Amino acid sequence: MASAVESLPVSGNHDTSEVRTCETTTLPVCLTAQQFIRWHAVVAVVFLLVGGIGALLLGLTRWPAVHLLDAQWYYRILTLHGLNMLIFWILNFEIAVLYFAGTSLLNSRLASKKAAWACFVLMLVGAVMVDVAIMQGKSDVLMTSYVPLKAEPHFYLGIILVAVGTLIGVINFFATVYIAKRDNTYEGSVPLIVFGAIAAAIIAVVTLLHGAVVMIPTWLWSMGLLENVDPAWYRITWWGLGHMSQQVNVCAMVSIWYLMGTLTVGAKPLNQAVCRGAFVLYILFINIASAHHLLVDPGVGAGWKIWNTSYAMYLAVLASMIHGFTVPASVEVGMRAKGFTRGLFGWLAAAPWSNPGFSGFFLSVIIFGFGGGITGVVLGTQQINIMAHNTLRIPGHFHVTVVGGTTLAFMALTYYVVPLLFQRDFYGKALCRLQPYVFGGGITLMALGMSFAGSYGVPRRHWDVEFTGSQLAMGFDSGAYTMLGVMGIGSLIAVVGLFMFILLVVAAVFVGPKIDGQAMKPWHEERQAPADAAAVDEDDHRTPGTLVLALVFLLTFAVYYFANWMWLADVWEVR
Amino acid sequence: MSIHNPPAGWFKAPTGAERLWVGLALSWCIIMSVAMPYWHFYGKQNPTGESYKVSVQDFGQRVGEFVRAHQVGDEKGIPIVEVPPGGDGYMLARMWSFYPILKLKKGQTYRLHLSSSDLQHGFSLQPLNMNFQVLPGYDHVLTIRPTSTGIFPIICNEFCGIGHHAMTGRIIVE
Ligand code: HEM
Ligand SMILES: [Cu+2]
Repeated sequence: MASAVESLPVSGNHDTSEVRTCETTTLPVCLTAQQFIRWHAVVAVVFLLVGGIGALLLGLTRWPAVHLLDAQWYYRILTLHGLNMLIFWILNFEIAVLYFAGTSLLNSRLASKKAAWACFVLMLVGAVMVDVAIMQGKSDVLMTSYVPLKAEPHFYLGIILVAVGTLIGVINFFATVYIAKRDNTYEGSVPLIVFGAIAAAIIAVVTLLHGAVVMIPTWLWSMGLLENVDPAWYRITWWGLGHMSQQVNVCAMVSIWYLMGTLTVGAKPLNQAVCRGAFVLYILFINIASAHHLLVDPGVGAGWKIWNTSYAMYLAVLASMIHGFTVPASVEVGMRAKGFTRGLFGWLAAAPWSNPGFSGFFLSVIIFGFGGGITGVVLGTQQINIMAHNTLRIPGHFHVTVVGGTTLAFMALTYYVVPLLFQRDFYGKALCRLQPYVFGGGITLMALGMSFAGSYGVPRRHWDVEFTGSQLAMGFDSGAYTMLGVMGIGSLIAVVGLFMFILLVVAAVFVGPKIDGQAMKPWHEERQAPADAAAVDEDDHRTPGTLVLALVFLLTFAVYYFANWMWLADVWEVR
Repeated sequence: MSIHNPPAGWFKAPTGAERLWVGLALSWCIIMSVAMPYWHFYGKQNPTGESYKVSVQDFGQRVGEFVRAHQVGDEKGIPIVEVPPGGDGYMLARMWSFYPILKLKKGQTYRLHLSSSDLQHGFSLQPLNMNFQVLPGYDHVLTIRPTSTGIFPIICNEFCGIGHHAMTGRIIVE
């Protein structure tokens, strides 16, 4: 091992017994970081399983033809699903990503092993506490726990512990970046992915502080130590946590897009100043985006709402639109440089679609952009929100951001994390190759069903579209039922994709063939570029294919945006 | 490459397609930023978030007085109350109904006061699909002008406990 260390470009700050060189990427791997990455990844997948069982039950309950759970269990499982997926799965995975970016990409050791322990234990204990509280049955408050709904004190305490644990992990990452700089482990600027990770971590700190500000008083209130928590104040502060954390997810996801582009097809970003500038926009302009969860709330005025959605949101939207271009463009440049120059889309057709690292990543870009991005901006428009608030259009939106986007990107990365950091090979490679399509396809179908059902007025977080037992009868148009059926079928397909992923990963991690000391087997054979391909010079940065894709995107966006304004003009006048 | 330190001199302006795209995206964002204030002045659907702090008791009292003054009928024991055109109408959201039933006239303007006596609720007017948040302790005032007639069910779309799915109400427009 020692000789490998010497061959590194710069010496790093590792103890030689504490580092190895990755046989595939030649990156240095800090063994302490590797250990914690493994644990966080395993725990993340366990929570994904818990959330996935919840997903199955929820999909089957909201599908009127099945209507599986009773009301109480529906709300209980909804609480469980939201928290295990959005918080526990995502955060554990993100901590693993931060540790990787801080150590391997900066050629540094992890700053503190003790802090890493504290982070891991607090996150795990907190999450288990929350899940126990939910299953005990007295904390059916959903993930938002809007006051004055009240849960058991250990429900809030668990969330606080998870937040504190995460904060410690994030600080450990910053400390790692600091010691890398201090010890001169790298030359020049940090790599783009580390830059994205730093952006994510900065937003995470602000997010977690909001979490503390809202959760601690609420916890005290649940124990009777505080008289009252104002519901409007709660909402504004809670969404400081709830929305900004989504920007953390976006930053992490975009960083992974760049990473997967590099690992799978040797993607090259055109202009790093643009990519980095876009990350800076996220940091600067997301802060008040909690506004777009409160667009039809009392307690905050129209001026505040409009200002905070347009000024803050649209520069963050600009950032996403930039990444949405530069990521595929970097793939196009990488592929064209290899000789795949035919036509507009020859590079895309020749891409390794059988490599789940690539297909998962590229599907994530498409689903996030065309699905999540467009719906998010439209639903977050102050006046249009009247037609969307708390309807199924909302989960229809975020299942194509944080699931079809972020979760799918995390899955794509996992197809490399297992061989590279667990040093195990996968069984069932054919299933691995299929999995991103099943999951991505299923979740897209489900989100479409949700969005259209929501346009018919079907609410989210609602057990019975027949309103059984209500004093004044109510029913939906039959079109709503069709769309809920589409949602149900989509959710089943997505759950199959999810369980495939979990089974394949668990089998590989625990009993997969060991590949220590070897390079990982590539997921795809390098294709031969067509012989008639025009030679490309390395610095040719023309990306006509991506530009066409981007223009199609912009057109779709504009059509959906203006269509929604037209629909809005038909409802009652309101001021 | 994204995983390596960028070569020196990476800080430069974009060129070609990338530059074009940044310009297009920025223009689009500006159009969207202008659309909201534009609609605020020229559109007809602009909830202002007008609201006042109110205690649960006070709001309950106002609803009671309003019902006594303007009740014109009842349905299944729920009063039907005709709101005077241009005047104030009150609706109380509570576990698990909206009280009372309101009767309005098409084309008239009303100040609709929404509040809750217990948890948070969602006021969702169907099939128009117009949705507003209702909080305890806040009098949320919407100035509305119905532009269509018929019977409009209201459903609750903020989770409010085990009976949430059966929480409904009604507005009648003639
Ligand atoms: C197989 C994949 C999945 C399926 C089929 C699925 C399905 C569902 C369904 C049916 C609901 C209930 C909507 C409602 O009744 O209001 C829901 C809610 C939700 N899901 Fe998923 N989901 C999946 C994966 C995920 C993932 C990976 C995440 C996060 C990373 C996630 C986050 C959420 C959140 C935050 C809610 C809202 C909870 C609430 O309203 O309190 N889901 N999901
Ligand atoms: Cu309710």
